[in-house]
Amino acid sequence: MPLETATPVEDVAGADREYLYTLNFGPQHPATHTTLRLILTLDGETIVKAVPDIGYLHSGFEKLGEDLDFNQYVTVVDRMNYISPFANECAWFHTVEKLLNIEITPRCKYLRTILAELARISDHLLCVGAAALDLGALTAFLYAFNQREKVYDIMEFASGQRFHPSYCRVGGLMADISDDVVAKIRDFVKTFPKAHADLTGLLNRNRIFVDRTKGIGVLSKEEAINTGCTGPVARAAGVVRDLRKDEPYLAYKDLSSSFKVVCGKGGDCYNRYLVRMGEMAESMKIIHAAVENIPGGPVNVNLEDKLTIPDKNATYRSIEGLIQHFELFMWNRRWETPVEEVYGAQETANGELGFYLVADGGGRAFRARTRPPSFIHFAVFPQLMEGHQISDVPAVLGSLNIIAAELDR
Amino acid sequence: MGVVGFHMPAYLDTLNAKFSGAFTTSAFRDNQRVILSAEKAYATIFPLLKCLKVECGFDMLGDIAGIDYLNYPGATDRYGIVYGLTNMTTGERLFVKAFANDPDPELPSVYDLWKSADWMEREVFDMFGVKFVGHPDLRRILMPHEFTAFPLRKDYPLRGYGERHNFETVTRADS
Repeated sequence: MPLETATPVEDVAGADREYLYTLNFGPQHPATHTTLRLILTLDGETIVKAVPDIGYLHSGFEKLGEDLDFNQYVTVVDRMNYISPFANECAWFHTVEKLLNIEITPRCKYLRTILAELARISDHLLCVGAAALDLGALTAFLYAFNQREKVYDIMEFASGQRFHPSYCRVGGLMADISDDVVAKIRDFVKTFPKAHADLTGLLNRNRIFVDRTKGIGVLSKEEAINTGCTGPVARAAGVVRDLRKDEPYLAYKDLSSSFKVVCGKGGDCYNRYLVRMGEMAESMKIIHAAVENIPGGPVNVNLEDKLTIPDKNATYRSIEGLIQHFELFMWNRRWETPVEEVYGAQETANGELGFYLVADGGGRAFRARTRPPSFIHFAVFPQLMEGHQISDVPAVLGSLNIIAAELDR
Repeated sequence: MGVVGFHMPAYLDTLNAKFSGAFTTSAFRDNQRVILSAEKAYATIFPLLKCLKVECGFDMLGDIAGIDYLNYPGATDRYGIVYGLTNMTTGERLFVKAFANDPDPELPSVYDLWKSADWMEREVFDMFGVKFVGHPDLRRILMPHEFTAFPLRKDYPLRGYGERHNFETVTRADS
């Protein structure tokens, strides 16, 4: 992108000074964690204007969504917000199942809920840990990553993959979980509060951390609504909205008495940090309540509905299973969808992740629009940055939790 | 309408009173939609969204989705722009779909109502080439600035036209 911007810097109040200079921040800078670029106009160390330049990781996910079928697209959805991939899968299949009018089984609902909450914890841990790392607190980062490793272990035991589980399928999951997974989750429920307390102890009253985050990047409640913010960013500004409570999906209706919505008041980086820490504790309660109450029964919807992939036993040993497998995998067959469009959204760690899915009757999306929370939050960045110091850039970037793969898709 | 027990949302009364005949409605699952055809959309979309924001409490614009309805069964207009609105007090959602057509697909920008429209409109422009008149800074956002096509249009191939091989390169001498 050329360095000049459409609204020239001279338009900014009091900025007709020749000594202003331009600093190119990124696209590869340790504090951006991924690939994004900021063009900062500076007066000394004060930021007069910040212009983000994004698109470095644009890889046409939405175009791929029109080419791959609903089940295949899960691998791409995983790679959007790759630090809580399971939550993305849940949101995608929530939309697909809404389109196809599938009611998933109670067991599947609970399993998806538990794993999505684990993904939320893993996301918040990375956000908090990396934000602390950028502000000089290396120990907190190590504590956080130690726990994320355990979440990865659980994902690996459940799905066979650590990083990108690709575990959901239309109408259920790839496979049922084993008892080892439940044991691992129970173990995590026991050990995580200690790590959470360690993190809290390291950061909550850490003089340097508090000084560098309190009052920085303030977003008011009205601004948060006007700019479309959701999730922890909006809740830290005092917006009381959480889709898990307001539009309950999966098992959250059953579990709604076991958790609260965490909100802040100030809307600054410190509040966003506190909301994330609070949400981890609430997620822990959800997991604790859910893991002891996983219903029995099948994990996929009935095979007779012709919507789910039959397991290997049915495929190889029954003619119905074989036909069903064939029907779902041939490129000109797959699902029969209504000629309709539907929006489905779930509360992921970063905010409302929605999909606007247009179907034309075939088994692929005609259009798979993603509503990416990172993209909407990063649009607020220039206004959060104005008037702050250059050293506040990592603090604000870390608190917004910008994931460039989701930002650019 | 006329179905027993069908509850007509309050905002529809307001819209009917002001914009009667300019829009149609539809619903699927829990999505409520207000649809503006291409000949009505340009003149109506801004006042309609303003009315929804100011009088009906839809204070958040959560998403703008562009859709290219080329060769879609039953479609008459080409580009559909879907505004996903949320009423943050009641939690109610509404999707307003406005259409635009070739050769110059245009809609008025809603940046004056919601700041969130800034980047979302830029993305729709980048991907579909729909111009938002009145947008303060309508540039490409995800694709490189020298890119000329609109990749999410249905007549753009999945693998592109080989633009990757012709990207501008910066040498050390002129950097």
